Amino acid sequence: MKKKAGRKYVLKLYVTGQTPNAIRAISNLKKLMAEELKGIYELQIIDVIKNPQLAEDHKILATPTLARVLPEPIRRIIGDLSDKEKVLLGLDLL
Amino acid sequence: MLKKKVVKKNQIFGKVDTGIEGFSVISEGGLPKGRATLISGTSGSGKTIYSIEFLWRGMNKYKENGVFVTFEETPGDICKNVESLGWDLRTMEKTGKLAFVDASPTEGDKILAGSYDFGALIARIIYAIKKVKAKRVAIDSITALFPQYQDAGLIRRELFNLTAALKRIGITTILTSERIEEYGEVARFGVEEFVSDNVIILRNVLEGEKRRRTIEILKFRGTVHQKGEFPFTISKIGFKILPLSGLELIQRSSMKRITLGNKELDRMTGGGLFRDSIILVSGPTGTGKTTMSTTFVDSGCNNGERCILFAYEESQNQLVRNGLSWGVDLTKHINKGLLRVVCRYPETMGPEDHLLFIKDQLEDFKPNRLVVDSLSAMERVLSLNSFRDFVISLTSYTKLKEIAGLFTSTSKTLLGGESITEAHISTLTDAIVILRYVEMHGEMRRGITVIKMRGSNHEKEIREFEIGNNGINIKEPFSGVEGIMTGMARSIILAEEYELKKLG
Repeated sequence: MKKKAGRKYVLKLYVTGQTPNAIRAISNLKKLMAEELKGIYELQIIDVIKNPQLAEDHKILATPTLARVLPEPIRRIIGDLSDKEKVLLGLDLL
Repeated sequence: MLKKKVVKKNQIFGKVDTGIEGFSVISEGGLPKGRATLISGTSGSGKTIYSIEFLWRGMNKYKENGVFVTFEETPGDICKNVESLGWDLRTMEKTGKLAFVDASPTEGDKILAGSYDFGALIARIIYAIKKVKAKRVAIDSITALFPQYQDAGLIRRELFNLTAALKRIGITTILTSERIEEYGEVARFGVEEFVSDNVIILRNVLEGEKRRRTIEILKFRGTVHQKGEFPFTISKIGFKILPLSGLELIQRSSMKRITLGNKELDRMTGGGLFRDSIILVSGPTGTGKTTMSTTFVDSGCNNGERCILFAYEESQNQLVRNGLSWGVDLTKHINKGLLRVVCRYPETMGPEDHLLFIKDQLEDFKPNRLVVDSLSAMERVLSLNSFRDFVISLTSYTKLKEIAGLFTSTSKTLLGGESITEAHISTLTDAIVILRYVEMHGEMRRGITVIKMRGSNHEKEIREFEIGNNGINIKEPFSGVEGIMTGMARSIILAEEYELKKLG
């Protein structure tokens, strides 16, 4: 496991309302964060139906999309985050 | 209650006039309203231009605002690309008539981790539609989704959701997709065509070293359209589709005859050319086709008719000089404004552009008589299909405008034979005059005959003619000779004498 001390993670999760994918993505992410990034992350959940301009600004097509805003560079992980290994890979936690 | 439902079911779908020139003719009114249409074509076939023009005409002509969803190029690039067509998309965007949804590729990695949908894309498009109160949406091109998201089944399902959502709110949508072959699968990934009710194919075919653009409506679900490929060109101001068969239906026909400029020739054709018909003069080089054209034009101008002459083989000066040698003064007519001579090598333009050029000239000059000398020069630069289309389009146009036309064609061999031009367009013209060299007694003489005169009697003889100081001089029929048309003229009398001698 990589060192994460001193790092801060800013994450944004884009979802479309309360779809099964959205619900699964939120629960998968929260579980993962609790295990891997306890206390050093900040998560914002954005509903693209309520905030389409935010999706436009960040050119989001697919939902759910998890964007790692910090640390840079920006990473995007698409899907309900059920593939834990890929999520960790995408967040540089492996 | 029940009755109302039935009526609704039977309602014919409305159409949306795209504003693209010629499209409403081939689509019989436009794109099906409130539905999605797939425009598929190879790279460079004009898909993006078509979709932007659909929006542009909507905004400017019909007060229907638009949304452009771009998957490949950035909005900035698109604005720049169409500037040359005079389409200022930036201003449209600023004034709230147009909104972009930028779905062009983003930098950085994308990792797929679990199931997903295109909810964000759909939300963005709906948001953009609401922002500008759009009625038209163009999505260019959905092909770009496939390499990025890989799962063709999922993309298909999501595109279907998207078009269904747009349909619900009454949006007329264009989706573009790329195809690999001109005559093959509708689109590259084999699923694109299933997300829309209507499919249009744009082609850019290489035919005998020439590029030929065509548009074909493959299907319009639940409504009518014209079938087959129609040529189009992308001009300085956008798409121009040339609807060929669309024109033919409204031709009137006239019983009024006009002179061909030569009394004997008028007699041979049973009284001259019908006001709105086309005559084809065919013969080998030097038999007098240009002379006949000049005579035709001269007699028209002398009657105060306006004439236009497209000369593909000679310059204006040459024509004038040659005219003078048989007593025709073209300069006089030109100065009076009754005659316009257009000299141009057909090689200088593409076929569709050339046809448009001719149409523009005709519309501008409004002639009563038109001469094309010669069609064979056009044939030189066109593929067979294009040439046929060209002639069909030209003849139907002149008939529509009640212009009398004289076209010439050059046959390949000096004696007998027929030109390719003749073989392919003879059914399209109303009258045919054949000029031939006749070899007799060690001399080259000229023969003329009328082989077709639609709607009228005509002389059947092959007559001898000469070109002298007074132009064409038609004489008596050849007698005692046969085989002129095949180029194997032989004297019947001589042959008979020979046979008799043999008998002793």
